[in-house]
Order: sequence, then structure tokens, then C-alpha cells
Amino acid sequence: MKTLLLRSALVLAATVLPIFSAPVFGADASEGALRKTAGPLKIVSSLPRTGSANAQTTSMVNGIKMAIAEVGGKIGDQVLSYEDWDDASPQRGNWDPAVEAQNADKAIADAAVLAYIGTYNSGAAKISMPKLNAAGIVMVSPANTAPNLTKPGFGESNEPAVYRPSGKVNYFRVVPTDDVQGAVAADFAKELGAKKVFVLNDREVYGKGVAGVFEKRAKDIGLEVVGVDGIDAKASNYKSLVTKMKQAGAEVVYFGGTTQTNAGQLAKDIVSGGLKAKLIVPDGCYEKAFIEAAGDKALAGRAYITFGGVDPKLLEGKGKDFYESYKKTYGGEPEGYAVYGYEAAKVVIAAMQRIHAAGGTLTRESVLAEVGKTKDFTGALGTWSFDANGDTTNRTMSVNTVKDGDFTTVKVVN
Amino acid sequence: MSETEVFMQQVIYGLSNGMIIALVALGYTMVYGIIELINFAHGDVFTLGGFLALTVVGALGAAAIVDPGTLGDSSHWLLLFGLVIVCGLFCGGMNVAIDRIVYKPLRRAPKLTQLVAAIGVSFILVNLALFWGGAPMEVFGGGNAAAASKDFPELLEGSNLLGEDSNVVLRLEDIAIFVITIPLMIGLTLFVKKTRLGRGMRATAQNPVAAQLMGIDTNRVIAATFMIGGFLGGAASVMWSLYNNTISFQMGFRAGMDAFTAAVLGGIGSLPGAMIGGVLIGLIRAMSDQYIETRWTNVVVFGVLILILVFRPSGLLGLKQKEKV
Repeated sequence: MKTLLLRSALVLAATVLPIFSAPVFGADASEGALRKTAGPLKIVSSLPRTGSANAQTTSMVNGIKMAIAEVGGKIGDQVLSYEDWDDASPQRGNWDPAVEAQNADKAIADAAVLAYIGTYNSGAAKISMPKLNAAGIVMVSPANTAPNLTKPGFGESNEPAVYRPSGKVNYFRVVPTDDVQGAVAADFAKELGAKKVFVLNDREVYGKGVAGVFEKRAKDIGLEVVGVDGIDAKASNYKSLVTKMKQAGAEVVYFGGTTQTNAGQLAKDIVSGGLKAKLIVPDGCYEKAFIEAAGDKALAGRAYITFGGVDPKLLEGKGKDFYESYKKTYGGEPEGYAVYGYEAAKVVIAAMQRIHAAGGTLTRESVLAEVGKTKDFTGALGTWSFDANGDTTNRTMSVNTVKDGDFTTVKVVN
Repeated sequence: MSETEVFMQQVIYGLSNGMIIALVALGYTMVYGIIELINFAHGDVFTLGGFLALTVVGALGAAAIVDPGTLGDSSHWLLLFGLVIVCGLFCGGMNVAIDRIVYKPLRRAPKLTQLVAAIGVSFILVNLALFWGGAPMEVFGGGNAAAASKDFPELLEGSNLLGEDSNVVLRLEDIAIFVITIPLMIGLTLFVKKTRLGRGMRATAQNPVAAQLMGIDTNRVIAATFMIGGFLGGAASVMWSLYNNTISFQMGFRAGMDAFTAAVLGGIGSLPGAMIGGVLIGLIRAMSDQYIETRWTNVVVFGVLILILVFRPSGLLGLKQKEKV
């Protein structure tokens, strides 16, 4: 009986409260046009904060906070607040589809949210993209690199239309995509003098995508692909697989995957299994956690990590200002993606400022439209624009290796 | 590499991985044999064993251990045996405590209640491991990334025993697994067959009420079973860390799943069944990675399990369970 009472009270509360609160929101909306300066403005980010990507995402969140602090946390007189959401769960130690879906729903339900910065993993983007698209909220990813999210011809035949139920583009990214990255990796494998390559992926959206591009490019430039396989990211080791690659005579192993999908273990097993091939991995491994998981010994001089952009230390112009200011504010080196977090927030804020300067109202619709108009934007990553698909025109890539427990750049490709 | 070399190599890897799985599987099968409970927390007790091993190694000074100059000297074998005993006792004690606190009050409750309790304990332990991973120690990456995989230092020299030019790789860690696992298995078998407590275990497994009537302290027997199962799990966690050089708070999930599969494959409740099941799964995994494709390995493992269960529902060595009335 007691529980029944409690339950009916809850149901009552749940149904009645919105009725009472609705007029309040209604008033807000109708008066919005009159008092442009009122109404909260909010940017949220959805990144994997639990798990080994934490160091990377903390650095990205710092970048976003810096961008907001630079405008004093305000657009005109309106306060611009920021919330840092986690899309990972402890059970997975990695992004979780259920949590990412919740985050998207939460953003849609909160009328103050005008922009959604995220996601980190391309697989996660697939979940929130259609939701946010239908709601007309602008989404700017600082890290998704899977080409099929925005470009036709890379994934399923219904991609990317399936992510755009409204038919409009609401998803933008400030990072070059994997059709560039995978090709740079394949070219580099050839430069290393390899003739036979073995291509692995982690069976996730991002890993499979970038490995597919690598494989295609490798064949085009005359490398022999001696094997293709998908690994089990939760396996205890890959020693048997290493033996198979050894038998195939692999000189370069390409792994499309991330630190969270066991790239570290793979690097170790290549060494312990006596396979003398070099390992090339994409930007999902461009984080300190990868070096910690694999150990310096398994990587130094044997592993190469491609990254869409350059080492933060090598940034120029506004990027250099960012690097200096980051170190001063947070007292440490930024991880590779910090500057992308910063740039993503910057591009949204710049759009908001343009709307404000023109005397417009800041709504989801106006912010979305204005972000889409970003052209010849001069930011920390140089001067770039968003193309019709929502992708950046910036195509700078770097190839890095590991030395003394840190990344060092081997080559920059523009 | 010639076909024979490849095959030899896969047999080595299959056996090494399989032995570790078998050790964990023994913990599942022993507990099931005695109280018919699938102890889902076993895999996570195993995880904590790995974390204790890394903590001990870190406290002793990881730098001294990874110094190549001192590698392979007998003190490292001593450290390894020490770790097996320390982690074994820790996991055994942990298992006994879990039984006392959670399972014992539920002994007469419906089986499903116990099962759900076991899953609950499993979640608690996973989060405990996550918390432990944030320990402010150098070996834990300074405690900044609790959920990240941790690098477990090499305790034994890593060179190829068959010579650096040999295509087949056999390392000291492979040998260590055999040197530690096989005596443990023989010891366990003798213990259950020959000792008084072992007889008590077999009697309790057959019929707990009759065993109690015959004057066997069944609670003590059950506690001993949890202790031994946990000890083997702890030993396995050291082997696992040594072999893979990585630990993570999720390592018990896959190890536990493989081990549970092994226990079912061999016939749950049967000790030799769990050993054979573990080794079989290790070998099947290696062969599937080599001759089929890695992406199909899980399908192959569970396909074999289903096939065996279709033709022998109680597993390879399992006895037909009579429904107790």
C-alpha cells in the first residue's frame, strides 16, 4: 500500500509538474524576441570521460573551456554556460551507445542548449547525429574522422542520408577525415620500404572505416595486402594472430583502432611474437594512454601514429597562442585533440557573435545556419572553411612515432 | 615459416592460454560441484588478483624488475612464486569472505536468488578494481586514468629460448605457465582424492544432507572449496599478467567467460573436465585465429560448445545430473 501511494504520488508529480512549468517556458519563448539579452545560452559536450580516453578528453574539455573563457563566458550580455557530459560507462570503459543516446535526448529536452560539441568516437556520432538533426541542433565534432558520417560512397548506400532525417546538414567537424588519414598511412608504409602489408581493424565504425581506406590506397600504390582481419577488442592477447601475420610475411601491420580497442596489447604481442614488422595506427591512438598501455619498448622505433593535424608544439599563429595559453592555464602539455576541442567551441562562439553583432536572436535555428556559413575562418588550425558536407577544408596530417615515452613528429603532409 | 612451424607455434600459444583458462575454470567448477552455484564473481576476484600482483611489483620497485641486467636471474622466479602464493591467498580469502557475507545467508534461498547475488558481487568487484586502478602509484600511471589498461612489467627474460633465429618462439613465460600450472593441477587432484577434507568435498558434492549426517562439517568444506578455487584463480591472475603484460579492470570478464565456457565444455562439476575444457578452448582459439579468421574465433568457440552440448548435454566428462528430489 505504501509503495502504491508513493508510486501514485510520483506519477502525479510527473504529470502535473510540467503543466505548471510549461507556461513559464512559454512566456520565455514569446518574450524572447523582445528581450534578446535574456534566456540562458548553453553549449554542451559529449565525450568519453570514463575510461582510458580520459586524459585526452580532459585536455579537449580544457580547450573548450578556454574558448569560452576568452569571450568572458558571454555573448553580448547573455551568459554562455558550458556543461561537460560523459558518453562512456564504467562497464565498458569506453563510449556507450545507451549513454550517448541519453545525452542527445537530454540536449534536445533542454531548451537552453544551442550547440552540441561531440562526439569523440565515430560510432557514437552515428547515434546522436539523427536525433540532433531532427531537433535542429548544431553538432560540431572535434574528433570524429569516419568519412561515411558525411560523405556518400564510403559506407552503406543509405549513408550519410540516414543521419540527416531533416535533409539539412547539422553536423560539422573541424578534423580531417579518414579518407585522408588512411591514404597518408598507406603512402607512409610504402616510404618505409614495405611491400607486404597486413590490415587489421577493431570492427568499430571508425576502425573499420580507416582500415578500409588504407587497404584501398595500399592496393592502388602497389603494396601487396597479404591479409585482412578484424580483431576482438576484448581478447587477452593476439599472439596467435601475430603468428599468422608472420607466416604471411607482413612487413607493415596497419591497425584501424584505438587505445580503447586494445591497440596497446597488439603492439606488445607483435614484439613478443617475434614479428619484425612496423605497426601503423591512426589518430585513435594519438594519446599518452596508448604509450602507457603498450609500454615504451613495444613502440619506440616500431610504431607510427598518424594524426589529423600536427603536434600541439608545432602549431603556428593562433595555434601557437593556444599552446602557450593552454600550458599557462593548465600547467601541462595539451594532448593531440585539445586544440580541436578549442577550435570546435571557437567556431560555434564565432557564429554566435556574428548573429549578435547583426542584431539577430540566438536560437538553435540561427546558430545552426550561421555555423554552416563558416568560411575562411582563421583559428588555431589555420584558415579553413566548412564544405557542403560539413567537413573542414583543412587537410594537414602528420606521422608520429614514440621516443622516450613521448610522441615525436616524423613527417607533416599538407 | 613452414606449416609445421606455424602449427607448433599455435600449439604453444594454445596450450599456454588454455592452461590459464583451465586454472580459472577450476574455480567455477569446484564451487558449482559443491553448492550448484555459478559463481559469477569468480572472474572479478581473478581481476583483483592481477591488481594485487601489480601493486606488489610496484611496491618492490618496478625499475629493478625491468632492468635487463638482472632479468632471468633466480630472484625473479622467486618473485614469481611469491606472487602466486600472495595473490592466491588473497583471492582465496576474498572468495571465502564473499561466501560468508553473501552466499551463506542465501544457502537455502532459491537458486536464482543466489545467481543474482553472484552477479551483484561481480559488479561490486569490477568497480573495486576500477577504483584500485586509480591508485597513486607509478605502475598505475600515477593514478590519473583509473580505467586505462596498465602495463605489467616483464618479470622473466623475454628472449626466444629456441634461439633468436628460430621462427618458433618459446619464451620463459610459456615455461613458467607449465611449471606452475601443472603441479597445481596435480596437487589439486591428489588433494581431492587422498585427503580427509577432499573426501569431505566429494561427499558434500554428492549429497550435502547425508554428508552432514555422517558428521562432515559442510560449512567448513564449502569454505575450503571457495578458498582453493580462489587460490587457483589468484595464481591464474599472476600467470595471465605475466603472459599478457597488461592488466585492466575488465580482464576478468573475458577470462571468466572463457573459463566458464571451459567448465561447461568439460562438464561442470568435474575437475579433469575443467582442465581439459580450458586447454581445448585455448587450442581452439589459436587454431581458429590461424586457420579460419580472428573475427570468427568467438563464433567457432561457442559453435563447438553448442555442438558438444547437443551430443553430450552434461559436457565432455560431466556425469548425468540426477534431479534431486
